[in-house]
Amino acid sequence: MKCKLYRLFIDKAFAIVCAVATCIGILALIVLLYNVIADAAGWLDWDFISKTPSRFAAKAGIYPLIIGSFMVVALVALFSLPLGVCAAVYLEEYAEKNRLTKVIETNIANLAGVPSIIFGLLGLGIFVSFMGLGPGIVLVGAFTLTLRVLPIVIISTQEAIRAVPDTLREASYGLGASQWQTIHHVVLPKALPSIMTGLILSVSNAIGESAPLIMVGVATSIFRAPTGLLSPFGALPLQIFAWSDYPVKEFQHGVVPAAIVVLLAILIFLNLTTIYIRNKYQQKGD
Amino acid sequence: MPFTNINIKSKTIFEDIIKNIFKSSALFSILITVSIVIILVKDSLVFFSDISVIEFFTETSWNPTIKPEKFGIWPLMSGTLLFTFTTALIALPIGLLTAVFLSEYVSSGIRKVLKPFLELLAGLPTVVYGFFALVYITPFLRNVFPAIQAFNVLSASIVVAIMIIPTIASLSEDAMKAVPFYLRAASYSLGGNKYETSAKVVIPAALSGIVSSFILGISRAIGETMAVTIAAGNLARMVNPLNPGDAFLKPIQTMTAAMVEIGMSDVTGDSIAYKSLFAIGLTLFCMTLLMNFLSQYFKEKFKNKYK
Repeated sequence: MKCKLYRLFIDKAFAIVCAVATCIGILALIVLLYNVIADAAGWLDWDFISKTPSRFAAKAGIYPLIIGSFMVVALVALFSLPLGVCAAVYLEEYAEKNRLTKVIETNIANLAGVPSIIFGLLGLGIFVSFMGLGPGIVLVGAFTLTLRVLPIVIISTQEAIRAVPDTLREASYGLGASQWQTIHHVVLPKALPSIMTGLILSVSNAIGESAPLIMVGVATSIFRAPTGLLSPFGALPLQIFAWSDYPVKEFQHGVVPAAIVVLLAILIFLNLTTIYIRNKYQQKGD
Repeated sequence: MPFTNINIKSKTIFEDIIKNIFKSSALFSILITVSIVIILVKDSLVFFSDISVIEFFTETSWNPTIKPEKFGIWPLMSGTLLFTFTTALIALPIGLLTAVFLSEYVSSGIRKVLKPFLELLAGLPTVVYGFFALVYITPFLRNVFPAIQAFNVLSASIVVAIMIIPTIASLSEDAMKAVPFYLRAASYSLGGNKYETSAKVVIPAALSGIVSSFILGISRAIGETMAVTIAAGNLARMVNPLNPGDAFLKPIQTMTAAMVEIGMSDVTGDSIAYKSLFAIGLTLFCMTLLMNFLSQYFKEKFKNKYK
């Protein structure tokens, strides 16, 4: 047998290695975020948010991209909420345990793992080539990203519905309510906060997406905010992509970090909203 | 009495309609998959009528837009594999150790504090990671490897590893948590310490669940697009992993980056370059689909083990 001290050493060393491994990613992120915020300071002002992009760092702004990102993401939420909730309600409340259900569930799990760029090709094939919508317009971007986030919305909604205790359903049936009445008046209201939380998180995924948008022909640099569903648009991550390899110091250590800070601020805001929803409704329930 | 009957009947018809609306939304997800397959296969077939499948998989250069055009997927495939391998080399051990730490070492209070931070790593947009790699990590790595180029595999792998660690850690942690307590108790009662219990009992017992998380993480890395496009460059070349200085410190082009390059160029809808998008897409789709199935297979296997 190995000596006692050696075993003790390995035991303690392993604990430390595990702790370091857990923190290393978080620490790296903190250092990177610190760098990006330090670089953004001085560039991030009202002018930056209200002006249009430019090849000159001092004049560059991101107004059209913020509008573009928000328009597309609002549409994604609008499209994916009904589709996602209906599919999840079917799978959780109606579907029998049969082959078809199994196929649908496996399929959704697989779709969630398909690389986002493939959804870009899907959007290109269906909305641009087949349906003849213009490349790079708001509606095409929104449709494409809806397909991208739909599997995630379905899965998170399923979890929300599954968390509603069966006692509530039984009480509803016991009072003579039908299945639809139970879903409509008991299950969905109870699951709503979690459904909204899941939706917001999925949609914040969509805000950061760029690969699918590039594939459906969204321009990486655009100088005007979209005016309607059929007008071309730009998105914040795409502009970050376009700017990121300008080999100019003012861009790499100024304009782009400022744009990143805005993008992250939007994501953090959305995350805080979900925490707010969760806390508010957890107190009210149970 | 008859009144109630009528009412119930109309109620059931209404309920049936509702149910079918819900069912069709669920079936819509299958329609998405079918459309993906149809679109990828349809345009790939057009591509393969010009460029033979054999040429696609044996030709060793990729040059879709400049004459003479070459459509060999191997440079892109070797770039993707090298990038994925490097990423896995960083992310798998760290992800596994993180899972051990969260599942075996910390109290649920500390875990609750750590997990949101870990999830944050997976929540950042990939363009942001790409920018981090290009602007902060590569210049930092230059201190260690003076020969490193502005676009390189190593820094792209580091950021994508950071990105997929939470996926691996959280799924592996779930698997380890599902290992029944009596196995740990048996190990402790035989005099095993925490390291021996974790490494020789819990990890082997949770192995199929851990493998499932590894495969999912790797499949994420294969499909990763923006971070590699920004940080690893756009140079389609055959990489030789046996020459690390050449392989890791220089630019490559992955399959996804090649798709972005074609997507952003002004190739027309009927050119071979445009059709090649779908051939690469189909290859990528098949690879990730296979890995997702494998991951699910191991997950099911693990679930059945401790039912």
